[in-house]
Amino acid sequence: MSDNKSFDRDSISNTLTIAIGLSLICSVLVASAAIVLKPKQLKNQEEYRQRIILEVAGLMEPEGDIAALFATIQPDAVEIANGESVEIYLEKSGDSIKQIILPISGPGLWSTMRGYLALAPDGNTVKGIRFYEHAETPGLGDQIDKADWRNLWVGKQLYGDDSTPRIEVVRGFALRDSTNANLQYQIDGLSGATLTGNGVTKLVQHWIGPEGFGPYLETYR
Amino acid sequence: MSEMRKVVIDPLIDNNPVTLQMLGICSALAVTTSLLPALLMCVALTCVTALACAAISLIRHRIPNNIRIIVHMTIIASLVILTDQLLRAYAFETSKQLSVFVGLIITNCIVLGRAEAFAMKNPVGLSFLDGLSNGLGYSLILIAVATLRELFGAGTLLGYSILPLTQDGGWYPANGMMLLPPSAFFIIGLLIWAIRSWRKQQVEQAEYQIHEVHRTDVY
Repeated sequence: MSDNKSFDRDSISNTLTIAIGLSLICSVLVASAAIVLKPKQLKNQEEYRQRIILEVAGLMEPEGDIAALFATIQPDAVEIANGESVEIYLEKSGDSIKQIILPISGPGLWSTMRGYLALAPDGNTVKGIRFYEHAETPGLGDQIDKADWRNLWVGKQLYGDDSTPRIEVVRGFALRDSTNANLQYQIDGLSGATLTGNGVTKLVQHWIGPEGFGPYLETYR
Repeated sequence: MSEMRKVVIDPLIDNNPVTLQMLGICSALAVTTSLLPALLMCVALTCVTALACAAISLIRHRIPNNIRIIVHMTIIASLVILTDQLLRAYAFETSKQLSVFVGLIITNCIVLGRAEAFAMKNPVGLSFLDGLSNGLGYSLILIAVATLRELFGAGTLLGYSILPLTQDGGWYPANGMMLLPPSAFFIIGLLIWAIRSWRKQQVEQAEYQIHEVHRTDVY
């Protein structure tokens, strides 16, 4: 090919041939990889989701078998306002409920965030929060995965005295002294990630509100 | 044969993509907090560079000049997506840690640099070797930086405890700065200094001479 002096690599026909041919080859390659590997990836994702549920409830053991540990918590179904049935998880000891684990999801800055919120049996005190799927900005918004930030949620209250959702991610630091009557509802924001914080506030308030698990959690309080 | 030797050996130290050409610094800072993600990143980048160089070299006589870079990017991007999909299937946890950086191999200057500078002018086998050894040169630096950072930042290597931390009852107080991106700058800087003191020919000529100007010279 290269020895052929009459061959013009810059001709329009060759440019089109190369452009179209290469695009076809590459797209077939990428598409077939995506299809072939899909089942394995979905299995990984499902395992990761189960692991997050265990972690949010504080039940994950190092080197523990996820499937076996996951079998110890019970799935339950809750019907929310729009008639949809949502799967939640309960950690029980005997007949008494120890923890309620609720799925939460909503828009973050770049993509939908999905995660779980673990609550004490009073239906009000947070025991943990974790996201298993999000596309927040690396280095800024993705700090929501860091243990330091997640631990700020532990012990916070969801509802005010009048049963309205009060929990929120504030900008900057929540004031930690006696003048701040709202400290039990406030979580420190993440610098550079105000919109991620707002997204988390909105989605948590939505899911614990009247359109989400509000009526269900009412039965615990 | 000596040419092949040169292609393989040179990028390791004498023409290292990170310490001499100053390419791929971004990912060298980002994925070196611990050794495992760094190793995975090295494998990913080395495979992509080697295969992209081979593929581009294979069709180098037919690539039209005016869409040259687009052709390179298409090939590199496809390989990167392929790598990303494979990692998500077979190394899920670590691929979560690498987050965007696997995707960013597309924009890693080492890959495009070798494609444009070498693969466009050389035969397939040699181009493959060139990509491979440039990837290895990058890997060498990444592994060195990641080893130092994980060892002194967390007291572990590949997750195994080497220096017992004070917080777990050992004797080593963890150096938190090692886990932050600036420490990689310091380590890479020190590495460059060390290499250039050893290989004097890497020292660049000063672009200007500092010289004293006396008032009398001006008037």
